[in-house]
Amino acid sequence: MNADFAGLVQALRPEAHLVIGALLILAIDMVWARHRPANRHHVALALGLISLLMAGYAAATGGTRGAVYGGIFLLDPLSVATRTGVILLAVLALPLLPDSRRLRHPAEFTAILLFATTGFTLMAAANNLLVAFLALELASLSLYVLAGFDKTSPASAEAGLKYFLFGGMAAAFLLFGFSLLYGLTSTLRLDLIAAQLAQQGPTPLLFVALVMVLVAFGFKAAAAPFHLWAPDVYEGAPAPAAALIASASKLAGLVLFTRLLWGGLDSAVGTVAHGPITVGWAPVVALIAGASLLLGNIGALAQSNVRRLLAYSAIAHAGALLLGVIAAGRTGVGPLFYYAATYGLATVGAFGVIGALESAGRVQQLTDLAGLYKRSPLLAGCLAIFVLSLAGIPPLAGFFGKFAVFTSVLQLGGLSGPVGWLVILAIALSAVALYYYLLILKQALVATPAENTPPVRVTLPAAIALLVAAGLIVALGLWPSAVLGLF
Amino acid sequence: MNALPCTIYVSFTGALLALVLGSRSAMAARVVALLTALTAWGITLAAATSFVPMAGLQELVNVPWIPEFGIHYHLAVDGISLTLLVLTGLAATAGILFSWNITERTGEFFALYLALIGGVYGVFLSADAFVLFVFYEIAIVPKYFLIAKWGSTNREYGAMKLVLYSFAGSALVLAGLLWAYAAGHATGFGFTELVAATGRLDLTSQTGILALVFLGFATLAGMFPMHTWAPTGHVAAPTGASMLLAGVVMKLGAYGCLRVALPLSPAAFVLLQPWIAWLAIIGIIYAGFVALVQDDFKFVIGYSSVSHMGFVLLGLAAANPVAVSGAVLQMFSHGVIAGLLFAVVGRMVYERTHTRQLADLRALPLHRLLPFAAVVFVLAGLASMGLPGFSGFPAELTILIGTWQARPLWALAAAAGVLIAAAFTLRVIAVAFFSRTGPEREVPVAPAASHPLAPITWPEKVGALLLLGATIYLGLSPDTLLDWIRPALQSPAFHAILSGGAS
Repeated sequence: MNADFAGLVQALRPEAHLVIGALLILAIDMVWARHRPANRHHVALALGLISLLMAGYAAATGGTRGAVYGGIFLLDPLSVATRTGVILLAVLALPLLPDSRRLRHPAEFTAILLFATTGFTLMAAANNLLVAFLALELASLSLYVLAGFDKTSPASAEAGLKYFLFGGMAAAFLLFGFSLLYGLTSTLRLDLIAAQLAQQGPTPLLFVALVMVLVAFGFKAAAAPFHLWAPDVYEGAPAPAAALIASASKLAGLVLFTRLLWGGLDSAVGTVAHGPITVGWAPVVALIAGASLLLGNIGALAQSNVRRLLAYSAIAHAGALLLGVIAAGRTGVGPLFYYAATYGLATVGAFGVIGALESAGRVQQLTDLAGLYKRSPLLAGCLAIFVLSLAGIPPLAGFFGKFAVFTSVLQLGGLSGPVGWLVILAIALSAVALYYYLLILKQALVATPAENTPPVRVTLPAAIALLVAAGLIVALGLWPSAVLGLF
Repeated sequence: MNALPCTIYVSFTGALLALVLGSRSAMAARVVALLTALTAWGITLAAATSFVPMAGLQELVNVPWIPEFGIHYHLAVDGISLTLLVLTGLAATAGILFSWNITERTGEFFALYLALIGGVYGVFLSADAFVLFVFYEIAIVPKYFLIAKWGSTNREYGAMKLVLYSFAGSALVLAGLLWAYAAGHATGFGFTELVAATGRLDLTSQTGILALVFLGFATLAGMFPMHTWAPTGHVAAPTGASMLLAGVVMKLGAYGCLRVALPLSPAAFVLLQPWIAWLAIIGIIYAGFVALVQDDFKFVIGYSSVSHMGFVLLGLAAANPVAVSGAVLQMFSHGVIAGLLFAVVGRMVYERTHTRQLADLRALPLHRLLPFAAVVFVLAGLASMGLPGFSGFPAELTILIGTWQARPLWALAAAAGVLIAAAFTLRVIAVAFFSRTGPEREVPVAPAASHPLAPITWPEKVGALLLLGATIYLGLSPDTLLDWIRPALQSPAFHAILSGGAS
């Protein structure tokens, strides 16, 4: 291993910005801001945004460097796009920070959010089992704390605990899988693992390791049957935490596992696109995808709580994203990245609207959204864009994401294998999905507001974040090539 | 001619403008909407005057959009699309005139209305299946809000049903198109590329693709047994929206069947042809019978739309130049007539009497209270029955002649539908407008007579005269449109399908 420290420092500039920013926020809060309760919130928010934007700039302009520090990190177009993407999603989630009347310790919240983002950017670039695990744990541990951050709400504590228990279990599986992989190949680098496994051929132990890894993947992506934490966490976590868990965490996790499965384990992929099916991870992923599509879409129909509804819709989207993972190694990662990123934008936006509304009262039931068009036309308009993008209505980005993923999957083998039929299932279920998405919009845009509901005041940072997210969804929908052409 | 793509942009800009201005003043939104619709219609008419009919599509715009999938933003026009563009302009203008009385959230109503129209223009102009699909889906969402917010009777149910059926139909289309594109290794979504890609597959796949795409589009055209959304949705919709939905949006489905689905695979089409034809015939007759027994005035019109759209589908199924040109003519004719019927029922009668129950209307001497409405409805009813002198006559006659050339049995069965249409139309005219008001009826009438109904306003008169003028003009001179349509059917895209039959 050639220890190129200069290259490592260069490659990790975004992470440096984030960590230094987080420490600075904590220090300034301790020394100065905590004695000025009126400004505490604004200081944390401003510093957090500045360090995120600097990190984002560094990530976007850092360029592709290939393998860094002896192949611990891989900076290919996918890493660059994902790092920029997760930082952008964090930038959009942070302004939802509730003010200090509702969330004590805004500085700690911001700092932990930056640590989580550091975890995401490292996940995006990791090319080594150990680094991947550490990055994943950094992100996960931060998210557990964020989910349980609202100390006034028992639901938030429940969300944090549930997320932690499920997450800890998944991490244990993942570590077990990794240790088996290391035992089989005696290397931690993904490309070397791939080379080793190609030589050895499939062994039963490899498949045990695969199953372990896929359990953790299913958890991270909120895919059935590892989805059980999602509805409770989405329901109880503070809005910015839920937004981050649903968007940036998912994008980083998908990229990490896509790299792991295609970069490290591609000799054990198996076939699922055309018969006969052979054993490997692709058939298992296809199975998980099908289960998620069905469970997510059908489960969402029964929800009357808007956050739980978004959680089930997230499970359904995870199913479609997993189909994209199956195609990513053959037809390119562009469609998968585009789908995950634009889905993240729409979810951050949807939680942003919920978060902004919460300044005027609790938002849990669908009926809490009633008459939103009258209370705040801005929020109603943005919510319409986000929800319709989730539903996959052109010209919004969500449609092109689905289209690109489905096309890339069908290009594998048409309808001659189970994944082809899963695509048809996914397309059919999108009509089901439109029903529950329209239920949200019916409340927000059609129903008349309840008596004595005051108009909603949206803070300036939150309004800007929502408008940027909505604008990006429209712009990426009109010019999908801006992202698809990156790869 | 080259200004045609502006119809799309003008409509969407008008929608934004109506939304912004509508929050200040309702009248501003109305005027903006009317001007927008008139401008777009003017563009189509200007294009029509300089239109030179020829085989094949005439290019308007063709720029790469998503090169990763070979998708081009490709707009083009031929006689068929021009016919429907002119219809869209006419129906949109009339619909806005009949929506003049919308007072609740006026700006948003017209914004959604214009967005729907923009999507419709886009579908008719698209020369790339993907672009067509995108515009088709853009047109879906406004429908939900138009019905759910401004509709009547059971509106949220009707809106959701209509939108879910439309979306399920479009999902079938998407599945079929992606199947053809991916499995056939197409280089893009242009019509010819898709046809070539489908041709590379085996017959089973070809049949599957054609069935999916055709079924998807036919759902929106109201083909039996996927027609049930149409009466429910159109009855629940506000008048202007019913006129547009029944008049134009149902034609999107039929247009998609003709433009995208039929040319995909001649071999598979031969297999599916009898199925399509018989479903169309069942639709004509079944919907006719259902219309005959409705108690709700607007449901009669709703089912009559399904019945008349059955003729369009039958014309497409017969697949010879005569029948298909008749089908396109019927699309135009039905667009105008359905608009008129819905306008009379929903706006002129319902908004004044506040009932659509035929039993209640029977007690009102409407021909005396609303003579203008009665005259318009009788004329529209005659046109709808297919009497000579109105556009319904050449359209249905051409379809029946073409169908006879293909399969006489189909033509005979469908001709029965014409008789049923006459029966339910005459019944509803008699019951709603000319019920016998003898001496024993005078007493219940008295309260209504003591509160005279509001007079017909000028926007209603202008709108009704526009539509009546169109149906009579076409009834007298159907060749105006047929001269555009026939050359378009000579194009290579249609040639493989439209075999046989004397042109």
